[in-house]
Amino acid sequence: MTRHLPALALLAALAALPFALGHDPYLLNALITTGIVTIAAMSLNLLLGFTGQLSLGHIAFFGIGAYVSALTSLGFDVELLWGLRIVHEPWPPVVGFGLAVLATAGCGYLVGRLSFRVRGAYFVIVTISFAEVVRLVALNWVELTQGPLALTGIPPFSLGLPGLGSVTLRTKMQNYYLVLVVGTLCYALISLLVRSRFGRAMRGLKENESLALSVGINATRTLTLAAVISAAMAGAAGSLYAHYLRIIDPDVFLFSTTVTMVIMVVGGGKGTLLGPVVGGLIFGLLPVALRPVMVPEAQWMVFGLVLIVIQFVMPRGIVPGLARLATRRRASEPARVPVEVRP
Amino acid sequence: MSEIRAPILSVDHVGVRFGGLVAIADLHFDVHPGEIVSLIGPNGAGKTTAFNVMTGFLKPSQGQVRFRGTGLQGLQPHEIVRLGLSRTFQRTSVFPDDTVFDNVMIGLHRRGRTRLVDTLLGRDRAGEAALRDRARELLDWVGLSGRSQDKAGSLAYGEQRLVGVALALATEPAMLLLDEPVSGMNASETQVFVRLIRSIRERGVTVLLVEHDMPMVMEVSDRIVVLNYGRLIAEGPPAAIRSDPTVIEAYLGQGSAAREAAQAARETNDA
Repeated sequence: MTRHLPALALLAALAALPFALGHDPYLLNALITTGIVTIAAMSLNLLLGFTGQLSLGHIAFFGIGAYVSALTSLGFDVELLWGLRIVHEPWPPVVGFGLAVLATAGCGYLVGRLSFRVRGAYFVIVTISFAEVVRLVALNWVELTQGPLALTGIPPFSLGLPGLGSVTLRTKMQNYYLVLVVGTLCYALISLLVRSRFGRAMRGLKENESLALSVGINATRTLTLAAVISAAMAGAAGSLYAHYLRIIDPDVFLFSTTVTMVIMVVGGGKGTLLGPVVGGLIFGLLPVALRPVMVPEAQWMVFGLVLIVIQFVMPRGIVPGLARLATRRRASEPARVPVEVRP
Repeated sequence: MSEIRAPILSVDHVGVRFGGLVAIADLHFDVHPGEIVSLIGPNGAGKTTAFNVMTGFLKPSQGQVRFRGTGLQGLQPHEIVRLGLSRTFQRTSVFPDDTVFDNVMIGLHRRGRTRLVDTLLGRDRAGEAALRDRARELLDWVGLSGRSQDKAGSLAYGEQRLVGVALALATEPAMLLLDEPVSGMNASETQVFVRLIRSIRERGVTVLLVEHDMPMVMEVSDRIVVLNYGRLIAEGPPAAIRSDPTVIEAYLGQGSAAREAAQAARETNDA
């Protein structure tokens, strides 16, 4: 249980945070969007950190999740080729969330199957192209997506509680806790996965692929499964985003958001459970701290500077760096001998 | 006696060409169950290439390999392991960033067949405990119990070889291919390793070995297969191989066989 202590402490702090902030709507909004992007960063970490495969189109899964969820709850009426017409009546947002997860899992399977026969750079290129194609579809299939005019009036989540009727999550407070619950579930899921047989297979493939194959690990299957779970998680984050903001346009597919996610994962510590969470909070809330003092373009330069400093001081990211400091202190404590140890 | 039984592994007229370069030309030999066979030859003779063909890392240009009667053509490395043919690697034989214990846990992939659903519901506790017991047994067997919590990448080369053997044994093979297992080991470590190979055979695992350490090969092998320039040039028990003129020539160069013979003749005269 002690290994989960930092995570539980962070969870308690995050649960108490809205009360400490005194319900400031601006800060709550920043926390909610940061939380949603952090879930996406956690999903990216499953691929980048634990299998070593870089998905530079991860935002595609996020955006598909947002659009699938939004369209399910809004309904649509489109005409396909040969006069085939599809009319969809609105369904509850919770169903949209489920469909978003399923649809993005399917996309993850396709992308994984296509690219994991040849790995590395090939996967990076396939994911970038995939994201660009999906963005163009969202932009140009106006009949379905309204194109640049955006999908508006997306209904908020409403949760049916047995015996208590249903609650519609309209306030920022309610959405904050929804994001916190989904984020915690995703964290727990990843934590279980990486400690399992599947997690060991991922680590083996990352550290020494030939050796992993020689002990009977099926590379294509393991990596595809990782891509499916990662994509589904990003899709869930996208769905949260759509029903919180209640308006989405093709800009959800911006390449720069993928870059932000990569910065969160690498800065926080890739291949660690808490890394993307810590990185997500820092780089997600940095714009809030910087906004009073500088324009967005200048903020990007600060982002870069912070990342360089982190990489310089803690080359493997914040979380591994702090963990190392903690073990060093613990190791030196019982001895109580003032000896300077230089590596 | 072993000739009566069907071979466990047959390399059937296998050839490997990389463009114009012939790495292996028409290699043909059998290994019988329970044997310890060594594959030797000068550098570049095609030994590691032969291993890569047997374990599915390379496709042969001609011929095929059969293991326990099954043709291995078209099978992926992880599928061949499942048939019971396992291997170690010459250089990188560990998962460097994990502890020695976790290395073996990764190696037990084939044994811990839990479904993902059970993992997520926390229903595989007993299975995981059994895996950890098995990992401890394997580390005990290869003599690495004391190192189980050390990072595998921080171990000495000789110890990394032992981790590699533990990983291969974790797949519960019927036959084990060892690629230069004692290179980087000193004489006493090599002796310990020879005992390990014998104990592996005693548990019913057939062993095929690629090795440059000739005293070790002569000591441990039942039979030796000699390759040169991708061709099989000799095959037989250690005593016969040691005095085979073609083998001596391959190792020491042309003319040396004649010199050796003259030397032997002189020694006989002196005696």
